[in-house]
Amino acid sequence: MSAQLNATPHRFSEARLAEIAELVKRYPSAQSALMPVLYMAQEDFGYLSMDVQQHVADVLNLRLMQVREVVTFYTMFREQPCGSYLLEVCTSSGCMLNGAYELVTHMADTLGIKIGETTPDGLFTLTEVECAGACGGAPVVQVNNVYHEKATPESMDALITQVRASGGGK
Amino acid sequence: MIPSDPKQVKQICFDRINIPDVHTLAVARKHGAYEFLPTVLAEFTAAKIIDEVKVSGLRGRGGAGFPTGLKWSFVPRNTGKPTYLLCNADEGEPGTFKDRDIMRFDPHLLIEGMIMAGFALGVRDAYIYIRGEFVHEANVLNAAIKEAYAANLLGENILGSGYSMELTVHRGAGAYVCGEETALIESLEGKPGRPRFKPPFPAVEGFYRCPTVVNNVETLATVPAILKHGGAWHAAIGVPNNTGCKIFSVSGHVNKPGNYEVPMGTSLKTLIEDYCGGLQHGSVPKVVIPGGSSTPWLTAEHYNTPLTYDGMIKAGSMLGSGAVIVLDETADVVSFTRRLAHFYAHESCGQCTPCREGTGWLERIMDRIEAGQGCEGDLRVLKDASTHMAGRTICALADGAAAPILSMLKHFPEEVRAYLAENAA
Ligand SMILES: NC(=O)C1=CN([C@@H]2O[C@H](COP(=O)(O)OP(=O)(O)OC[C@H]3O[C@@H](n4cnc5c(N)ncnc54)[C@H](O)[C@@H]3O)[C@@H](O)[C@H]2O)C=CC1
Ligand SMILES: Cc1cc2nc3c(=O)[nH]c(=O)nc-3n(C[C@H](O)[C@H](O)[C@H](O)COP(=O)(O)O)c2cc1C
Ligand code: SF4
Ligand code: FES
Repeated sequence: MSAQLNATPHRFSEARLAEIAELVKRYPSAQSALMPVLYMAQEDFGYLSMDVQQHVADVLNLRLMQVREVVTFYTMFREQPCGSYLLEVCTSSGCMLNGAYELVTHMADTLGIKIGETTPDGLFTLTEVECAGACGGAPVVQVNNVYHEKATPESMDALITQVRASGGGK
Repeated sequence: MIPSDPKQVKQICFDRINIPDVHTLAVARKHGAYEFLPTVLAEFTAAKIIDEVKVSGLRGRGGAGFPTGLKWSFVPRNTGKPTYLLCNADEGEPGTFKDRDIMRFDPHLLIEGMIMAGFALGVRDAYIYIRGEFVHEANVLNAAIKEAYAANLLGENILGSGYSMELTVHRGAGAYVCGEETALIESLEGKPGRPRFKPPFPAVEGFYRCPTVVNNVETLATVPAILKHGGAWHAAIGVPNNTGCKIFSVSGHVNKPGNYEVPMGTSLKTLIEDYCGGLQHGSVPKVVIPGGSSTPWLTAEHYNTPLTYDGMIKAGSMLGSGAVIVLDETADVVSFTRRLAHFYAHESCGQCTPCREGTGWLERIMDRIEAGQGCEGDLRVLKDASTHMAGRTICALADGAAAPILSMLKHFPEEVRAYLAENAA
């Protein structure tokens, strides 16, 4: 999906620009709106290509360097496209103690990829993340930022099967 | 409702948590939300509010336990600059998941606490900095804020009091260090989250170099009860110098992990056995990390320690954010420590050499040891490197990185040695 879209340069819609103008008013300086605007860009354009980062810089009247610094510092901003379903398995303390490594290994096997990779059909990306802040429900898997607590190999297999059966529509 | 006898109080922040749909304004109001706010806005002076919070003995629930009323009293007045209020909802310490429940189940409690704090501090613009992963929680907060604006609980001239406050939710983007208050401020300014030297403390020079109060979600959510019932009421809960209730996030090898709000001074053993249904295996924990992954480990000998700031220090650890991680006899402390070493190396912001290099060393050595390729000399390097990181950096992340390594070496040297190449089976 993203690859196709990225063939043409990306520009925020008029509605988005209006939203951004409102957002900027909530801060003492437009630079504070950078992270929220990057989230909007990621939502609209799939990922933060160099072209998109330049556009964000232009919209907020920042230098490209100021945008790059932020994009590269924070793990949730992506410079590469990822699968339609981003599976983030927490393997931090509480999750590790409750089988997260066994779970992530199982998921990698089911998907036929290694941790960090995307399936060839572009449907799934599997990653390991740090504590998701929900350790009471360990092990925790975030699927496109929706929390699945007390995840099991069976529940994750079911999810994967269901997505595949539905042809991957979100 | 909260009973008036402080001795009976078991919950403050979680008082309404089990009420269905209490995240909506209508239901929250039915159960006391914003009930006392008009009185505060009409009859309390800033000085009185700060005084009640001082009397309450409330200490920062983000981990450091700094007295909240004292912090508020350090904010300079009439500087000609605006004063900002920032709610720290970054909740990144492995093991911590308490603020999430306040925000997703009872967001109006936090909002009300922020209005009261903002009023006391003369704040016009307040922000909630929430970790990026909490998308659902940010949505719940935004919906609650929208309702609060519509009911004139936020915005211009709140409830006709003449006080105005704007509240904005700002999402982080996956950097643990942004929970450190000065890194949070940098991040909110649209920059990488690299901590600043303290002092100056944010209270004096923070967001855009203006006076800024940064408080944890749980701290701010405690304020409405304090003002409603009085500082003395709060001070009578718990034990002296460690007053009130505290939410403990219990994870790891317990039968019923979860958040439990209990009066300060409850023992670790009571928390684990009576509230959490005991351990998955065995009867006594092998390790308890009482305050999040950055705090030193306790072992069975400290199982009866009271859950207080002072009690934990006496036992050689810290209460921290109240994230109790329990390891039972089945735990492999070497693998566990290796995983934490990876966490800190990944999260170091890199501006201090001892932290940037030190966390990398600790991670590489722990990798090697876990792989059965370590040697006796590695143990010495682990100890030296950890000792030289703590206290020599801009922020406390480096101290946090050293804590698990030093704890592992102190309590389980034989288990580590069993992994070394010369001893590997
Ligand atoms: N909740 C979580 O997810 C995490 C919590 N932590 C906790 O954070 C703690 C360390 O936090 P720090 O902010 O580095 O502690 P700190 O001791 O530097 O500060 C604590 C609070 O008191 C204020 N303060 C201290 N002295 C002051 C003064 N003279 N004037 C005005 N204000 C003053 C600070 O501004 C800050 O808000 C650790 O103990 C750890 O438990 C660490 C990692 C994550
Ligand atoms: C590396 C690091 C991470 C931190 N993360 C958090 C956090 O996620 N949430 C929090 O409230 N405090 C965190 N703190 C503590 C804050 O710096 C600060 O002390 C706290 O927000 C003050 O609020 P309080 O007085 O209400 O506790 C962190 C500190 C350090 C050193
Ligand atoms: S101690 Fe580590 S995380 Fe903290 S400022 Fe220094 S390098 Fe950054
Ligand atoms: S350790 Fe996995 S959510 Fe905290």
